[in-house]
Amino acid sequence: MSARRIFARPARLAAIAPYLWMVLFFLVPFGFVLKISLSQTAIAQPPYTPVFDFTEGRAALAAFAQLSFDNFKLLISDNLYILSYLRSLVVAVTSTLILLLIGYPIAYGMARLPQRWQAVAMMLVIVPFWTSFLIRIYAWINILQHDGLLNQILLALHIVSAPVVWLSTDSAMYLGIVYSYLPFMILPLYATLSKMDASLLEAAGDLGASPLQAFWLVTFPLSLPGVGAGALLCFIPIVGEFVIPDLLAGSNSLMIGQTLWLEFFTNKDWPVASAAAVALLLLLVPPLVLYDRLQRRQLEAGG
Amino acid sequence: MRRLSRWRSAASLPPGLDLCGESGLLDVTSGEASAEAAKPLPEPAVSDMPLLRIEGVAKSFGNFRAVDKLSLDIRAGEFFALLGPSGCGKTTLLRMLAGFETPDEGRILLGGNDIAQVLPHERPVNMMFQNYALFPHLSVRDNIAFGLRRAGMARKDIATRVAEMVALVKLEGLEKRKPDQLSGGQRQRVALARSLARRPQVLLLDEPLAALDKKLRESTQGELMELQRRLGTTFIIVTHDQEEAMTMAGRIGVMDAGRLVQVATPRNLYEAPASRWIAEFVGDINLFNGQVAARENGRLTVSTAEAGTLSVSELWPPVTKEVVSVAIRPEKVKLSRRAPASDEGGSHAINRLEGVVSDVNYLGGVTSYRVKLETGAVVRASMANTARLDVDAYLAGQRVVAWFTADDCLVLEQ
Repeated sequence: MSARRIFARPARLAAIAPYLWMVLFFLVPFGFVLKISLSQTAIAQPPYTPVFDFTEGRAALAAFAQLSFDNFKLLISDNLYILSYLRSLVVAVTSTLILLLIGYPIAYGMARLPQRWQAVAMMLVIVPFWTSFLIRIYAWINILQHDGLLNQILLALHIVSAPVVWLSTDSAMYLGIVYSYLPFMILPLYATLSKMDASLLEAAGDLGASPLQAFWLVTFPLSLPGVGAGALLCFIPIVGEFVIPDLLAGSNSLMIGQTLWLEFFTNKDWPVASAAAVALLLLLVPPLVLYDRLQRRQLEAGG
Repeated sequence: MRRLSRWRSAASLPPGLDLCGESGLLDVTSGEASAEAAKPLPEPAVSDMPLLRIEGVAKSFGNFRAVDKLSLDIRAGEFFALLGPSGCGKTTLLRMLAGFETPDEGRILLGGNDIAQVLPHERPVNMMFQNYALFPHLSVRDNIAFGLRRAGMARKDIATRVAEMVALVKLEGLEKRKPDQLSGGQRQRVALARSLARRPQVLLLDEPLAALDKKLRESTQGELMELQRRLGTTFIIVTHDQEEAMTMAGRIGVMDAGRLVQVATPRNLYEAPASRWIAEFVGDINLFNGQVAARENGRLTVSTAEAGTLSVSELWPPVTKEVVSVAIRPEKVKLSRRAPASDEGGSHAINRLEGVVSDVNYLGGVTSYRVKLETGAVVRASMANTARLDVDAYLAGQRVVAWFTADDCLVLEQ
């Protein structure tokens, strides 16, 4: 046996590990959810039917005949779900644009700081992660509520004469989302911008480009992989966001994550909730593939 | 030719020894008229008025004085090289000419206008960067057209000019490639074409050949010179490679610690260095420290501890100090088995040093020898291998006489 083959075996095992992980913790649970989404709701434990009982042996397979796409039909016929999906998309797109507008200048500024200050700035971006996400959102509730810090300050400065309603509005939700996801936008942008060769900007200036032209013609196009990565890194989880809209937004329109929660826990309709989850996943596949492509291209460009 | 020779021959040569004027280099046998005709290479048109005048320019970074009150005139059409060790301020000076650094004091006059405070994108000067700084997201064509588009040139004219530049640097067929699909040599050409596309009054080149391998570097040197002659653009090149500077430039400015220590033609720089530091920086040299013992008819007698008494022709201006160094380039030291008769060096006085060959290095074109004198000092001599069979070669351990004429050595203040 050659030395190469001895070493090849553990290497091959290592390559299998991520696939094993995917199968165990994603594909198998997804199979359960998919199965439930094709089942009917029932007042039972578990709250759906049919239930495969593998102790019955072959007879269990007969249950397959009872599976149907009724729940998916419901998703399309009841506009509650379609509206939730649409709202999720609108919120995710709007938040991603706001994040980009705020995150890009911050990342650009960080990349232009002297080297030793860049590490400090990076620290400041990451520091909020040291506190639980939930606690930070509750803190915002405190700040935004009727007699909260924000209203107190506005009143003290005589900017408003009566407390403003912040909590349970879309503004509060957007504030919460932008606040929470900003690091995910800044970090990939900073990674591309800090790698940028400063002599390219000098060359642009040398060839007659004003600093603004140099930014739009050189810096920005070269930072597009970072923009794409940051945008998708924010967009994808925001679509499925549940906690922030639930705690900060009003209750008159729901994001798909909230609808899911309602179906699961309030209505106890697991099959419909599962169908909604499957549909959401399918909706997110195209941007995920896009993200993967962008990242691969960036890796190739970097190498 | 006459105008050229005025700046070509520096003041440091004795009146009778014009190294590159009409009677010295170009014309050995006949008079001045045929020297005009026999001009070996067309020289760029050089006018009397400097195109670029650098006046007392200084630049510091914190406590470090990168450029120290430097003044320099560069004429239109010149190929000028800034040569110096790393950290001597040559790149800082170039960056001030491009506008990437602003001088703390002094003026930079281009065609009579002070451009010291003018922003880079408003200067009629272009730069070729050491790492080329090609835009990775743009094709060869768009890289070259970048500066033309910023100048607001019409589309049709841009296409014409780009095609012209592509042909000039021989990149036909590669217009649509991105920089990462090109070889190092091709990238260098794109950078050159891009920096020349706007037809700058002055082209600045920051170590333009440093990233190329030796063979490619040599052929590119020739192409750069040819291009410069054809376009007549003033080239200012920054390099730490003296061979490169000597090959390409008409004049070389040597910098050390933020100052220009000598501005001269390659030949004068090598044969008449202004100081001991320059003599050692440019090329190889043997140095013997000593005292001036006698001085007559432009001839100095210097007594040295290492090489005895040496006879040296004095340069202009004469040395004023008594403690001096006698310098002799290795290729001007001849070796022979017995002492040459006193007339072997013509009418010039001959210095003879007896010793033993301690080291022989065969380098192909030349062989370099180290000769150990009785005092322990080592004299380096190099001899061209003019014959394929080594009938003249000396062997280690052989007793030889190393000799050189008084005219071939220099006297430098220590």
